Amino acid sequence: MTARFGSLTDARATFVLAGVRVVDPADGSDAARDLAVLDGRIAEPGDLPDDVRHLDGRGLVVAPGFCDLHTHLREPGMEGAETVATGARAAAHGGFTTVCAMPNTDPPLDEVARVAWVTWLGRDASARVRVIAAATRARAGEALVDFGELAAGGAVAFSDDGVALPTARLALSALQAIGPLGLPLIEHPEDPTLASGTLMRTGPVATRLGLAGWPPSAELLVVERDIALAEETGGRLHLTHISTAAALDAVRRAKDRGVRVSCDVTPHHLAMSDAWVAGDRTFNWDAPSPTASGPFGEALDPLRAFDGTCRVNPPLSTREDGLALLGGVADGTIDAIATDHAPHPPERTLVEFADAAPGTIGLETALSLGLAAVDAGCLSLATLLAALSTRPAALIGEERGLRTGAEADLVVFDPAGRWRVEGDTLASLSTNTPLLAIMVPGVVRLTVAGGRVTFDEGMGLLV
Amino acid sequence: MSAVALAAETWTRRHLLDVDQLSRSELEATLDLAGDLRERRATGELGEMARRLVGHTIGLAFYEASTRTRVSFELAARELGATVVDLSVAGSSVAKGESLVDTMLTLERTGVRTVVLRHAAAGAPYLVARNTGLRVLNAGDGAHAHPTQALLDALTLRDALGGALDGKTIAIIGDLAHSRVARSDLHALTRLGARVVLGGPPAWVAGFQHWPGVSVAASLRDALRNADAVMTLRVQLERAAGGGYGFLREYTRRWGLDEERMNWARARAPLLHPGPTNEGIELTADLAAGERSLIGRQVTNGVAVRMAVLSLLAA
Repeated sequence: MTARFGSLTDARATFVLAGVRVVDPADGSDAARDLAVLDGRIAEPGDLPDDVRHLDGRGLVVAPGFCDLHTHLREPGMEGAETVATGARAAAHGGFTTVCAMPNTDPPLDEVARVAWVTWLGRDASARVRVIAAATRARAGEALVDFGELAAGGAVAFSDDGVALPTARLALSALQAIGPLGLPLIEHPEDPTLASGTLMRTGPVATRLGLAGWPPSAELLVVERDIALAEETGGRLHLTHISTAAALDAVRRAKDRGVRVSCDVTPHHLAMSDAWVAGDRTFNWDAPSPTASGPFGEALDPLRAFDGTCRVNPPLSTREDGLALLGGVADGTIDAIATDHAPHPPERTLVEFADAAPGTIGLETALSLGLAAVDAGCLSLATLLAALSTRPAALIGEERGLRTGAEADLVVFDPAGRWRVEGDTLASLSTNTPLLAIMVPGVVRLTVAGGRVTFDEGMGLLV
Repeated sequence: MSAVALAAETWTRRHLLDVDQLSRSELEATLDLAGDLRERRATGELGEMARRLVGHTIGLAFYEASTRTRVSFELAARELGATVVDLSVAGSSVAKGESLVDTMLTLERTGVRTVVLRHAAAGAPYLVARNTGLRVLNAGDGAHAHPTQALLDALTLRDALGGALDGKTIAIIGDLAHSRVARSDLHALTRLGARVVLGGPPAWVAGFQHWPGVSVAASLRDALRNADAVMTLRVQLERAAGGGYGFLREYTRRWGLDEERMNWARARAPLLHPGPTNEGIELTADLAAGERSLIGRQVTNGVAVRMAVLSLLAA
């Protein structure tokens, strides 16, 4: 990559971005104007000294910095796939200023010292690193962690992500215990008795490929269980990476009843369907080819079929689910788009589909997939940007917004620019994504986190 | 078209991953060539074809147990003059944890040009095809595909049903869900103009009603009604065991084939089975050995079909 990265310990930035389209979901504004940053804070353009750097913002969009609720940074224990430093660079490249590190590291983040260690590793990274602590000791699903101590030590949420809490009793206890702390329990909603041994979503594509099917009930059962428990206890529940229309409906009904539940969806579940496992590379919003006879008609593409990078958990959904989830983002039922950035080294993905480590990287392509959905008319730009920035940030108690006086925390991107996803265009240490070699819209030009420039693609602030 | 003329033509494709790659005319030409090779092999008149693959080294990489597929591929390759190397997985670097791609690259570097791959994971041949320079012949991948089995089934059926499958109804009974044979058969038979009716317990036929040209029957009697030929699949006992012993007995009671039940199909409708059979479970021993059975013919045709495919891929 030729772009430059900065860090949270660099000097505070001062510049004017002239003629930029300012989209701020915090106050609903959307207008072309000059945006000024003085010593790392949003300022009135008139308040800046005369010799300040003027950047040409015409054709660009500026929005509050993105906040990812679901990031696997792989440190400690799997530094061959990603580190805090490289994951934070990937975040900055994707316009994220905060990433929430999932605790399924080796060892897992189930103690204050480990939470503190990862936080310390992120002190001078290219994005704020917040830590989600494990919900059970060693993520073993048996004994709950000391929630209060971990919260005092900086944890922003609790999760055994990778799996749900194994029993309703344990989930009930966890929601009761975290209630007074006000932090969410993040659940990976999946019933292992239905999901184990499955490789892709149940449906015609799985039938065609002969891969064991994951039934949507695997997700719905835990979603309904946890909603009932959240309703009963008043504890905060966040359901991550929901992937089915049925789960979305359950969340919508719970929200209507006033249950303290929130949820996120990944960019790949919005954009890609189970047909990607068979080699299809069209997005959910692309019109299906009128000649295609479903997944059965044509020969599989030898270059793309059974690509291990298409194995994700939960599995890629049907197109109908993907469109329903886009509707859930559009109507606000879904609170956030979270990447589930899951780096894996080649030896874990260049293998038989059944042996591929589930998950795809996502920090650097989330905005692009979202903009493709906006271009297709599935989402408004303001809704997309809210789902990436202000709304997830609010769930972990972070401020976002571009009002004068606020700390500058923002992303500047070219919505009309296009780029090809390639290994050497990615800052992540890993390249496991089915988007490789695909052209996508949206080029991030500048990311400012906490008043410091963390990423600069040709804007000239980092030289 | 004579076999010699046919053999002079080869596919432009490098691999045979599934029959979904083949057009109807390619399918028919392959079956014609296989029929010719079968006759010439029986009469010892292979002629130039016996030297067709001289100088070629073909690797057999069977990551799963196999008798008939492995033996027939080896024989087919030798009949055409190829050198055959057998990667016996149990005693190889695979047992030391080497990845599939690395093992196949090693094979390629020793001079092997074509690999015949049998693997428990669906899609394994696609992985090898795109990450090595080998030509890949899929000899069965998980529950996904078994293209040469589908070709030999099609050849056997075509011979038995008067030379063409247009408008014919073929019943396939059993565990479709876990059957690579059935999936490749569905591609081949529907492409050749046949209708396919499936029958089996709900968990074993779920989802197949969406397959174009395919319908799912509610009972064995419904499945066999109007069938011009019947194929029953091997019940994988370890899978059936998951449903308990009662499941297996119920399977035999509802879906097991015997000579009397075969009368539900059209008169003299033949019976096929990809083997190995579980006699007493999916069919009776009498039926397997009886006049309707084409099980032996399938095995013989297997060698001819694999000779045809190897010669077409050889260029």
